[in-house]
Formats: sequence, C-alpha cells, structure tokens
Amino acid sequence: MERAARADGKRRGAGSGLAWIANARRWFVVTSLVLLLGLVWTLRSAVVASATRGGLTPSPRVGFAAPDFSLELLGGGQVSLSDLRGKAVIVNLWASWCPPCRAEMPALQQVYEANRSRGLEILAVNTTFQDSEAGAAEFVREFGLTFPIPLDRTGVVSRTYQLRALPTTFFIDRGGVVRKVVLGGPMSETTIQTAVEDLLRED
Amino acid sequence: MFPILQLGPLAVRLPGLFLLMGVWLGTSLIDREALRHRVSGAALNNLVAYGLIAGIVGARLVYALRYLTIYAEDPLSLFSLNPSTLAPTEGILIGLIVVLVVGQRRHLPFWPALDALTLSLAAFSAFLGLAHLSSGDAFGAPTSVPWAVALWGESRHPTQVYEIVLAGLVFLGVWRLRRVSAFPGFLFLAWLALAAGSRLLLEAFRGDSVIIYGELRAGQLASLAVLAVAMAGLHLRARRALPEGETAGQVKNTM
Repeated sequence: MERAARADGKRRGAGSGLAWIANARRWFVVTSLVLLLGLVWTLRSAVVASATRGGLTPSPRVGFAAPDFSLELLGGGQVSLSDLRGKAVIVNLWASWCPPCRAEMPALQQVYEANRSRGLEILAVNTTFQDSEAGAAEFVREFGLTFPIPLDRTGVVSRTYQLRALPTTFFIDRGGVVRKVVLGGPMSETTIQTAVEDLLRED
Repeated sequence: MFPILQLGPLAVRLPGLFLLMGVWLGTSLIDREALRHRVSGAALNNLVAYGLIAGIVGARLVYALRYLTIYAEDPLSLFSLNPSTLAPTEGILIGLIVVLVVGQRRHLPFWPALDALTLSLAAFSAFLGLAHLSSGDAFGAPTSVPWAVALWGESRHPTQVYEIVLAGLVFLGVWRLRRVSAFPGFLFLAWLALAAGSRLLLEAFRGDSVIIYGELRAGQLASLAVLAVAMAGLHLRARRALPEGETAGQVKNTM
C-alpha cells in the first residue's frame, strides 16, 4: 500500500510539473528570468580577446609562447630557440634508447630535407641527462641526421617543456607560438608533414 | 595536470583512458534506462556504437581531406593511431548525423530514445571533466583566489575541478528527475538546460574562451541559445503531452 501511495504521489508530482511547464504565461516569465540572468552573467564576464589567449606567457602548450632555451650542440656550438624566430621550428625531445624515437627519426629527417628551404628548422633535443653523448652521437651517425642536436645535459629543457613521454614533439610557428604538441610516438612522415604545412602556411 | 600514467613499460594516456571510462559507464547505463523509457536497449547500444565509429572514421577522413596531396602519397597513414591527426569538431558532427539517420531508419522513437541516453550523456560529461583535468585542457583564467592552481605559467582558476563538480551536480539532478519524467523528451531537455546553464556559469572562469563581438565569450552565447531552445522545447513538449481538450488556461484554473 505504501508503495502504491508513493507511486501515486510521483504520478501526481509529474502531472503538476507537466501543468506547471505547460502554462504559457508562467513558463514565459521563468524562461525570461533565466535568460536575463544568463545575459547579465555573460556581460559581467566579458573580457578583451587577449585575456583568453596564452599570448606572451611562455608555456609548452598550444597557443602559448614556446619557452626559450639555449643549449650546446652535439659536435660543438650553441643554439637558442629565440634565434630561430621567423622560422617554423620543430622541437623534438628524444633519447637514443627509446624505440619510438628511433622509429620516427628517419621521418623527421625526410620532412627536414623537403621543407628546409621553405623555412623549417628542427631542434632534436637529446635528453642527455638520461642518455649519453656517445649514444646520441652513434644514433645521429646511424640515421644520418643533418639537423642540429642540442644536448639537454641538466634536464632543464625537459623540465621546462614538462616532458612526460619520449618522444614528445612541439610544432612552433614563425612567431614563436606553440601550434601543436604530440606526446609519444612514433609519428609518421605524413603526420609530421601535415603539421609542418600548417606552420609554413601561416606567413 | 597528469597526462601520462607510467605503468612499468606502458605509458597510458590518462585523458583517453578517462574518455573511454566515460563511454563505458555511459553505455552500461543504457540498458536500464532503455527499459524505463520503453526503447530497445540493443538498438540504442548499436546506435551509440555506430555514432562512435562514424565519428572517429569521419574525423580522420576530414583531416586527410585537408591534406589530400600528403595523404595521397601515403594512404596507409589513414590508419595511424595518432589522435593528433583527427578533425574533432567535424567528427562529432558526422557522428551525430549518423546517429540521427540510423535512429530514423531503425524507427527508434525520437524523444524516448533521447531520454534513455540522457543519463549516459550526463555521466560522460563528468568524465570529460576528468580528461580535461589530466590533460590541462579547458584551463582557467589567471586569478589570485586561495584555491588557484599553478598551470601553464600562471596561477589559474581550477576550471577542470569546477567542471567535474558541476557535471556531478547535473548528473545527480538528472538522476532524481528521471523518476518524475513527466513526458517524452522531458529528461533530455531538462539535462540540456542544466548542462547549458552550467557551461554558461563555468565559461566565465575559463582562460581559453573564444571571444566574439568584441568582448563576449562564444561559449556563453552558444549556451544561452541552447538554454533558450531547451526551455522552449520543455514548454512545447509539455503542451503536447497535456490530456486532450485541456489547455494551459484550464490547467491554471485547476491548480
């Protein structure tokens, strides 16, 4: 009996709710009030467009300025990311013992050769703090890599770029803004080339 | 932000895992809800599967179409597991269109089917928030509130946590409302209104809003439009469900 009474109560509740919503005048007032509140909230939370973009804040995230770094190169010399402003840049973090890194490096080399003259630069940052310079050098020889290999000996770049998986790749446009991040790998040549097309198209 | 969970040699992508969990929990709720709304659970499960497959395949095909000459040289790349080579918005649209077309072909009752899927959608929304929390997407605006979190170079509103809490509250609301489901379409439209309202609220704290018409957040304007449609839909469906001959005016007199 108790169950029947409960069911009856629910039916009556549903019926009165139905009537409440079906009442045109009452529902119009409720809807208007809700939408008015929503509109006021929308206007109160209006901001200038620059406030909701990464803009100049350096962070390893799409839409933000790529954090600058300066590292020594394998074979001598030094490179700074900021020196490459005006070029599309791929920053690839890798290690010689990492199988997906080995699998995608030939594709990176192919894309580099095909697009270097169009303004593409690749910085394949070796995570030397968890690898070895000898291992990195052997890896570069094995795959015949011709792009610069900066050495992250202290791990500072890996930390700044919040490295969570190897390889990780950042696609940076000519203005120094991160446009795409690929965690893990291996990336195919097609995947890399489509991302590069986007970077080079934005002149 | 915690995008990768390292389990021995396995690097598990947490955002994808949370989305999968959302799909799993959502689909596991379908059978119960289908029974309640007198819709075939098997047909609904198939519908969701078709939508998901069409969405993923469509997202990849649209991406490949954008770079047709590159994919023409290496067509096997179409089968790449890399989620970065998907066109997500177009994929969602294609998935929805397939769901609508298949649903109509299978003669699934439109409103009861939507009602039966509502709880699943509400559960999935909460897991979408968890996916955002682990990836750092849908991040908040810079703030100095005591509960701010350090993310992407600033102290920010933890909007992903707000999103999970709001989605949880909406889920609880829908869970209660389904017992007093007054007419076909009520539960879905009520969820749509609640979800739009919570997005309207949440968007104000986001740091990645798209701004249109000078200073207005596109997400809030879209939410206002969805909210208006849901409220209007609730009224129209309620009027249709009234016993024949009973008008809103008469209802008013009897109350």
